[in-house]
Amino acid sequence: MMTETILAIEQLETYYGKIHALKGISLEVKQGQIVTLLGSNGAGKSTTLRTISGLVPAGAGKVSFMGRDITKEEPHNIVSMGLIHVPEGRRIFKGLTVKENLELGSFTLKDDMERQKRIEHVFEIFPILEDRQKQDAGLLSGGEQQMLAIGRAMMTEPKLLLLDEPSMGLAPIIVREIMRIIKRLNEEGTTILLVEQNAKIALKLADYGYVLETGKIVMEGDGATLREDRSIVQAYLGA
Amino acid sequence: MSLQEIILQQLINGLLIGSFYSLVALGYTMVYGIIKLLNFAHGDIYMVGAFVGFALLGVFSTAIGAGWLGIVAAMLCSMVLVGLLGVVIQRVAYRPLLKAPRLSILITAVGMSLVLYNFVMVLTNGEYKAFNTDLGFSGVSLGALYITYTQIVLVVATALLMLGLHWFINKTMYGKAMRAIAIDQDACRLMGINVNKTIALTFFVGSALAAAAGVMAGVYYGSIHFFMGFVIGLKAFTAAVIGGIGSIPGAMLGGLVLGLLEALGTQLPMVGSEWKDVFAFVILILLLVFKPTGILGKSEIERM
Ligand SMILES: Nc1ncnc2c1ncn2[C@@H]1O[C@H](COP(=O)(O)OP(=O)(O)OP(=O)(O)O)[C@@H](O)[C@H]1O
Ligand SMILES: [Mg+2]
Repeated sequence: MMTETILAIEQLETYYGKIHALKGISLEVKQGQIVTLLGSNGAGKSTTLRTISGLVPAGAGKVSFMGRDITKEEPHNIVSMGLIHVPEGRRIFKGLTVKENLELGSFTLKDDMERQKRIEHVFEIFPILEDRQKQDAGLLSGGEQQMLAIGRAMMTEPKLLLLDEPSMGLAPIIVREIMRIIKRLNEEGTTILLVEQNAKIALKLADYGYVLETGKIVMEGDGATLREDRSIVQAYLGA
Repeated sequence: MSLQEIILQQLINGLLIGSFYSLVALGYTMVYGIIKLLNFAHGDIYMVGAFVGFALLGVFSTAIGAGWLGIVAAMLCSMVLVGLLGVVIQRVAYRPLLKAPRLSILITAVGMSLVLYNFVMVLTNGEYKAFNTDLGFSGVSLGALYITYTQIVLVVATALLMLGLHWFINKTMYGKAMRAIAIDQDACRLMGINVNKTIALTFFVGSALAAAAGVMAGVYYGSIHFFMGFVIGLKAFTAAVIGGIGSIPGAMLGGLVLGLLEALGTQLPMVGSEWKDVFAFVILILLLVFKPTGILGKSEIERM
């Protein structure tokens, strides 16, 4: 496995008006890894992902993706480069069908045959979505909505996937299912930056992890080291 | 004419006027759906569409005559030009205000309406312009009833435009993106959708449809004037609300319902055609009282 850096963040700062949400964060994700970003409510995890994908502007610092500076890039251009962000709360299009949601996931793709092929691939991973393809996406259960959100992101065949709390609000058995799929995507070649409050489940998958507290990184280390650290698991159980 | 024939005649008139309402209502509802703006300038876009079509027909008629060929050519060109005007208005007047308080953009839309209205008034000296065509009055008679070919063609043309829009919205990626933007703009950005471009496209399509309606109204009534957009703007807005604002099938249906009710309403005892507008707004008020979301509108309650 190559160990090229796919995403590098240097001294990133983000403001919401006067609120200083990120106070200079640096982190790195290497090709083929699963990296997790842990932290409790309001630590700035979602803000980090939103700044990477361009939804909120960076106040200072730099984000580079595959060697290119994307700090000031528009979100739709970042998507075209292969960096996909699955936002907190899934944000699927309620009122559109499951299939239309998946199609929109491949908006940047012009080839309809290829689009259909990718939909088949998503259906293979999430058979439930195939059964529900004509149904209003708003009628799916929470777990199914999360599957749709991930399936929709896969439609671009991303190089890097940012996942914001995919376990939120789901029953443990569904969480295990989602984590199994994240692992499978990673094994198929997608690099993953996984944001979680639930340190225990995230560290089971992660090659490397960072801990965020009120806009600053307070700890980092490889998965095994963090797993051994009882204080982390206790502080960020996410329970 | 027997009562039945009168009613039938009114149904035909209602269908025709209703389909103009529908075409204009579509632009209202699409823009509202996507950026929650009541675009008060939309009726004036319809009026500008009629004048652009009028000017083009004047130019084309020397080359290809003012029959159907010339009219269709003038209508298509007017749709493109006025569609672009809609995009420019969106870019210059509305886009800078998308993040400002709602009221600012609403007032800007009223201002935009006055700009277009006064511009055309000055340009035409406030005169009626005869919309001369070579279509004549041939048609088919059914008993005492007489339907001109022009009426038939206009109804078919509006139906085709609406079918085309239906296809665009439901089958193309940009159409799907428009519906998705109405639901969640940030999620669209994360799908790689260029939101500003898609909003501009929505204005293009909405304005082009209004321009088509304007040209067809010119053909139908035979004359146009700078204030023709005012009442139809209000009526189309009413139609959009009747159908459920934000809903595209709702706007189509709302326009037809309003046109038909108005035409039939004038036949009620004591209600002459001068009461037509009163009738339309009474319908609006009753609907808002009993079904505020409109016929096809979605309720605001959402499953979490
Ligand atoms: N749109 C916003 N406007 C103003 N402040 C915001 C906004 N979004 C987030 N914040 C603030 O920025 C800080 C970081 O929020 P963020 O959502 O990134 O936290 P988080 O780590 O994702 O938390 P959670 O686990 O609850 O999702 C918080 O103090 C929050 O109140
Ligand atoms: Mg968050």
